Formats: sequence, C-alpha cells, structure tokens
Amino acid sequence: MKPAAFSYERARNVDEAISALARDPDAKILAGGQSLVPMMNMRLARPSRLVDLNGIRELAAIAAAADGGLTLGAMVRHTELTTSSLVRERAPLIAAAAAHIGHRAIRNRGTLGGSIAHADPAAELPAVLLALDATIVVAGPAGRRRFAAGAFFVGLLTTELAQDEIVVGVEIPPSPPGWGFAELTRRAGDFAIAGVAGVLGHDGLARLAGFGVDDRPIRLRGAEAALASGDARAAGAAAAGEAHPADDVHASAEYRRHLVSVLTEAVVNDARERLAHAHGGARAASEAAAR
Amino acid sequence: MSETVRLTVNGLAVEGSPAPRRSLADFLREDLRLTGTHVGCEHGVCGACTVLVDGRTARSCLLFAVQLAGAHVTTIEGLTPAEGLSPLQAAFRDCHGLQCGFCTPGMIVTAHELLAENPAPTSEVIRDAISGNLCMCTGYVNIVRAIDEAARRLRDGAR
Repeated sequence: MKPAAFSYERARNVDEAISALARDPDAKILAGGQSLVPMMNMRLARPSRLVDLNGIRELAAIAAAADGGLTLGAMVRHTELTTSSLVRERAPLIAAAAAHIGHRAIRNRGTLGGSIAHADPAAELPAVLLALDATIVVAGPAGRRRFAAGAFFVGLLTTELAQDEIVVGVEIPPSPPGWGFAELTRRAGDFAIAGVAGVLGHDGLARLAGFGVDDRPIRLRGAEAALASGDARAAGAAAAGEAHPADDVHASAEYRRHLVSVLTEAVVNDARERLAHAHGGARAASEAAAR
Repeated sequence: MSETVRLTVNGLAVEGSPAPRRSLADFLREDLRLTGTHVGCEHGVCGACTVLVDGRTARSCLLFAVQLAGAHVTTIEGLTPAEGLSPLQAAFRDCHGLQCGFCTPGMIVTAHELLAENPAPTSEVIRDAISGNLCMCTGYVNIVRAIDEAARRLRDGAR
C-alpha cells in the first residue's frame, strides 16, 4: 500500500507544468490527488514523476464573467465550489453537485480539473458541465484548446486531453434559472450508482445529463425532446432508453436504467419548481417596480 | 536526491528530507514520531489518518510530505491541551465514544472542523460529517452522542 518510487516537481506556472510533461511521457499531473494517489498506493498507477500544480495560484481562481457566467480554474477545490458565494449565485447546480463528492476531507483537496481529467463516468462534475454547456480549456505546448464539455469526454476514464496537456479551467455560460440534481449512492460519499443533472430555461431550453449510466457522462437528448411535448415521466422513460449502463457489483444495468428514469423525472420536477419560482419572483419584482 | 521540506506541525517548525513517495501520514508517524495519527486503509477510505492542513481536514495518506512545504499541519497531538483533554476528547471519554480507539484521532479531527464551522449541528449533520470515518467497533451511536455533547459543552463555554 505504498506507491512505487517517483520523482517530484513543483510547477510554478502552467508553462513549467507543460514542459515537465513534455520531457517525461510517464509523468502525471498531481492536482488534489484524491483519485490518483489511491491508485498509486495500490500500484494501479506508477507514474515516473509527479508534476504538482498546487503552487499555481492562477489556477485556483473563481471569477465572474461579463456575460453573467463564471470562469473556474482547474485547481478550484470542491469545498470552494460548495461555499463560494459567486458559484452559488451564478451556477447553483455546480455548488449542489459538488456537495455530493466524497466526504469533506476529500472535497477539501479534490479539484475541478482533477475530476475533469480523471473522467470517471460516475463523477458528478463532468455531467454537470454537460448540463451547463460549459467549455473546458486545456493548455499544451502548442497553446490552448477549447472543448465543449460534450465533446471532451470520449470514453471510460478517457478524454481529448493529450499526454502533454493540462486542464487549466472551465468557462460556465449564464445558468438557466431552473435546475435539478439527483443521484443514488449506497453510502454517503460513494460514487453514484446513477445520477442526473439538468437545467431548464423560460424559453423551453432543456439540457439533461446522466452519469454512472454509460462509459462517460452523456446528454439525455431524448429526454430533453420528450419534455417539449410530454411530462416529466415521459422524459424519464426516454432517458432510460438512451442510457447504456453496465452490470457491476453495485447494481445491474436494468436497475440503473430504472434509476435514470426515476432520477430524470425528479430532476425535471425540481428544475420546473425552481423555474416557476424564479419566474414568479421576476414577475413580482416587475409588478412592484410598475407600482 | 530528496529536497529539504520545511513546514509547521502543531505550531512547531519542522524540516525533513522525505523521499517523494513518503506520505504525510508516514512522515508524521515515522519521521516525527507523532503516532497519534493512525494509518488504516492507505487509500483515503477509512478516515483514520485525517489531519488538518492549513486548518482544513485532509487524508494524510493521500498527501506526500514533499507537497507540504510552507503548510501548517495540525494532528491530534496539536488538538490536545498540555494538561488534560479538550472538550471533544472529554466528551468522547464521557459518552463512551471510543472502544478500541483506532478511529478516534480521525473522528476528533473531523469533528473539530465540523464544530468550528457549525457550533450547533443536528444529529443528522453530525452523521453526515463523520460518514467518511469508519469505526470498525461500530460505535457510531456513542460517537454521534459524544460530538453532540462536546458541541453543547463548547456552547456553554467549555475550553
């Protein structure tokens, strides 16, 4: 339960981290270390070198964007996502989802960028980024590349990130007022057996994403389409049809499909309630202003 | 070659030259002989090795000592007064919040962070807060009771 020997390098900026990766193809980035270090301790991962991003202050920034959205650095920790007033105000879905990650001691170290780069199909934040239509920004020797979240996750623990690139941050567009998040875990802090995150807007906009139900987080487009004409239950039924969950020790694929349907319905109902509340609040405010 | 790392542990400046693969837990226990921090699963599941890093709980088995240059680490030894017990420790004793004691340092450190942020947690909040700390004696009911009792004593001005 001790990791194999490795060398350690503390990167002072993004360029140093990238050049360290370019020099050593077996090097790994160390962010929060809450997934990588357990794998190293169990010798499932044996990087030759760790390039530590924890000293790069610019990667820990949470900033308001001019369009009403947010930019989040890759080293923003989950505890920051749950407590930051800016995140709670501008992207409450992220704050709510981050509270479900692991336990407090894990959230105190674990990072947004780490969750994205690790790409566990049952992780909360990648699916939330799909639901929010976020952009993932990566940096490498050739400069920066930007990916729609939906195009970044390509398979089990696999993303578009090249070996010599690092995730530097995420751009979150303005969040629609309706949102919902639901997952089922056997114990508090476990990875979800299945989960759904979604947003609804006044203009009929609907984006739903599932996690733990395929080899990557997936948009539930059939469920979104069903919402336009049907009720939340119809969306749930559509979601079950487009999930491709696996059988494993925690749950059967059939049970996961059932969960996707139930969780989608719950998320849609929660999001509709918040949307109606936001609409009512806006109308009350404009009526008050008119008086 | 291992570089020299300087950090603060329980208020004291310490330095060492741990190999990069040396976990903070092993650095505390083997190099500094601070054996109050316990090592259970070594992959971040059991919570026995929980310490405070810059005031926040962290699994010391998932940190490497070389990462902690300049950091302030507090272990169970640092949460224990020179004489007697802290209110949390006393409440664990009084409520039979420990049996074998293996999980206790991690439980106390975790509860310390909880009570610092929330002086009056409900039993549900306490249960959620310690959900990442495993007690193999399964003494959870008395642990929850001990944290609730400590919160009450702290609100009443215990030090």
